[in-house]
Amino acid sequence: MKFFKPDQYTIYYKGYPKLYIRVKPIFWWLKKWTSFRFILRELTSLAVGYYAVILILIINAINQGSETFQDFQSWFSSPLAIIINLIALALATYHSITWFSLAPKAMVIQIGEKKVPGFLISGMNYGAWVVLSGALIWFFLK
Amino acid sequence: MKKSNEPFWWAMFGAGGVLSAFFIPILIFLFALAFPLGWLPAPSFDQLEMLTSSLIVKLFLFALIFLSLFHWAHRFRFTLYDGLQVKHLNELIAVLSYGTALFGTVAAGWVLFFG
Repeated sequence: MKFFKPDQYTIYYKGYPKLYIRVKPIFWWLKKWTSFRFILRELTSLAVGYYAVILILIINAINQGSETFQDFQSWFSSPLAIIINLIALALATYHSITWFSLAPKAMVIQIGEKKVPGFLISGMNYGAWVVLSGALIWFFLK
Repeated sequence: MKKSNEPFWWAMFGAGGVLSAFFIPILIFLFALAFPLGWLPAPSFDQLEMLTSSLIVKLFLFALIFLSLFHWAHRFRFTLYDGLQVKHLNELIAVLSYGTALFGTVAAGWVLFFG
């Protein structure tokens, strides 16, 4: 048997104590900044999945030869593609930030008796992220 | 009690979350914006072809794509579940999300190792 606590979305009929109807609007998460941020964080997965698909398409275009690859490259210059990719970049960056700031909850590191403080673990993650990104830019530009 | 396979999906979600957090933003920036739009000098086609023919790069890309897709599938499934409240379609959504991720993983394996 399932129980739930009545909340602001619960409709309660007088005289029918066992009848609860819960109506939660689809866009309930727009009402509060914290719940909006939560859903936004969950939606970053769309950017991650989207770019995984783009990677498959890029690799496929490289396999097909330089002409197909150039055709595919020109798609990235269309206004729609630029808007989509800018949004994807923003969401993916938000994913990284939220992921690394939650890292201390997922990995608890102990040195001897002492627990490594959370900000250090987050900091190490952010640091590694910046170094890796910089290294990739350097690799492609050298 | 029914044995739950939730920890398995969660592990994939976590591994994909880490890999994508480190690599997806910079790869979007370089390969979807900076190189095609000429903000930065792009590597030549031959250089890219050479790069993607190396086994280490292939394995890395496969891991990145595969885990990113399952990260998406798991998180998107729960976004629909918690966010849009479509609880009655839970099983259908799970099958479609993980199924799509699996399909993408096969496609990635195909273009990387048989393309």
